Amino acid sequence: MIEIDKITKLYGSTCAVDAVSLTAETGTITAIVGTSGSGKTTLLRMINRLVEPSSGEVRINGEPTHAVKPHLLRRRIGYAIQGHGLFPHHTVARNIGAVPELLGWPREKIAARVDELLELFGMEPAEFRERLPLELSGGQQQRVGVARALASRPDLLLMDEPFGALDPIIRTRAQEDLRAIQRKLGSTIMLVTHDMDEAIRLGDRIAVMDGGELVQYGPPEEIVAQPATSFVADMVGDAERPMRLLSLIPVSALLEPGTAEGAPLPAEATLREALSACLWTGREAIPVETEGTPAGRVTLAAIRARAERHA
Amino acid sequence: MILRAALIALLLALVLRPEVFTPLFAPFAPENGPVIYTRSSLLSLSLSHLGLVAAASLAATVVAVTLAILVTRPAGEAFRPLSRTITNVGQTFPPVAVLALAVPALGFGAGPTLVALFLYGLLPIFENAMTGLSTLPASTMEAARGIGLDRWQRLWRVELPLAMPVILGGFRLSVVIALGTATIGSTVAARTLGEVIIAGLLTSNTAFVLQGGLIVGLFAVLIHDALVQLEKYLARRSGRG
Repeated sequence: MIEIDKITKLYGSTCAVDAVSLTAETGTITAIVGTSGSGKTTLLRMINRLVEPSSGEVRINGEPTHAVKPHLLRRRIGYAIQGHGLFPHHTVARNIGAVPELLGWPREKIAARVDELLELFGMEPAEFRERLPLELSGGQQQRVGVARALASRPDLLLMDEPFGALDPIIRTRAQEDLRAIQRKLGSTIMLVTHDMDEAIRLGDRIAVMDGGELVQYGPPEEIVAQPATSFVADMVGDAERPMRLLSLIPVSALLEPGTAEGAPLPAEATLREALSACLWTGREAIPVETEGTPAGRVTLAAIRARAERHA
Repeated sequence: MILRAALIALLLALVLRPEVFTPLFAPFAPENGPVIYTRSSLLSLSLSHLGLVAAASLAATVVAVTLAILVTRPAGEAFRPLSRTITNVGQTFPPVAVLALAVPALGFGAGPTLVALFLYGLLPIFENAMTGLSTLPASTMEAARGIGLDRWQRLWRVELPLAMPVILGGFRLSVVIALGTATIGSTVAARTLGEVIIAGLLTSNTAFVLQGGLIVGLFAVLIHDALVQLEKYLARRSGRG
């Protein structure tokens, strides 16, 4: 559990982060969203003490972070940033093994961990181990950056716009991969982004920052359906709200018995995809299947009713 | 490649078997005067010349890089203009004047030459090291701090290796300048290839001047080339090339 307790950062007389408190449960993704200058990155950097807080404290599993030397603290917290920040003169394997090496793991254990992570990220170890970052594509560099952050099995993974430098298609894949890997490993992640879509797609909870203050902290459904301030509503985007809400709900939630014409959707698909299929093909209902066997259908009327209910 | 091998062969021949070139230099020697310099072996002069340059350049590298490291730390930033001024003065002060001033203190011989070459060599290395250390990729430096490298580890594992090709560029410049400048050391009795040139000037023997100049020039060209190759290799290795 990560507890941020009334943390404040003053630069002279300007308040970059103003008494922010929030608690993130172990094994969840917290997405911190805000515009530039909202203090979101400063908040993140105070957690691993790249920025020293002016007041307040952060506790990781009950232990205050100011009790440890900063560089030792950082070895326990994964850190992945925009533009990956890989060491250009070290091979992929050395980059990923950097923190375990600092922690003094034996060589064989590091090598095994590097291969394990490369496989997890879908990169053939024998092929990629000895390459330099320069010899990788942007998406691969980013994956190595995240793999490096995960290498020592940290209590917490901090990510600052980790997908910011990727093009949209690769970014969506990287987000899906991160979600899947996080579920598999049960990692605790705090991620900073300016992109509400990314926050909704990845976050178990979303923290919205504005002018150094935490203006709303809650699950994505709540942020979309009941924005606490007009700023949050702007971030969500009025026109996008129904679609964003529907994108959070799986088809299985509105599954009803019956059949329908046309191509089926899997039960894990979102209502947004179901709605899109209805509109595009002019159908009133879409068949749903689980692992290839028909499970029922979802109707346009039910989707509409669900959207009107505002969670 | 062939050119490089030819130049090396020419240099070795000039240093080890200078008498072979007698017909070539004869037109430049005064009538009935000596064509080939024989008062001391060209090999020993070359080695002493290179030794002086190496010693002065290495000392200049140690001092200049240390200084550059200090002034690129947050605590040393205030000293940056001062160190720039000092190294600049080192560069603008003519080596001949340094020799003249150093002789009373250090006596004749290699000492004053070393001092002059050392001072003259500081600036390029210092400037390049500072450039190299202050233009490192920001995201790499942020990540180095973020994953828990302490100051020393950042310096040794990230900053210096990444700045190395640029630092080496300064070293190369400094060495090439020193190779030429070392010749004037012979005016204060340092054993360098300048001895051959000065002997030629004193006796109006152009053949001697040509011999000395040619050998020094060839050393400079070949060492320059070798260091460029090394830089390219390091730049590739450090993923910046």
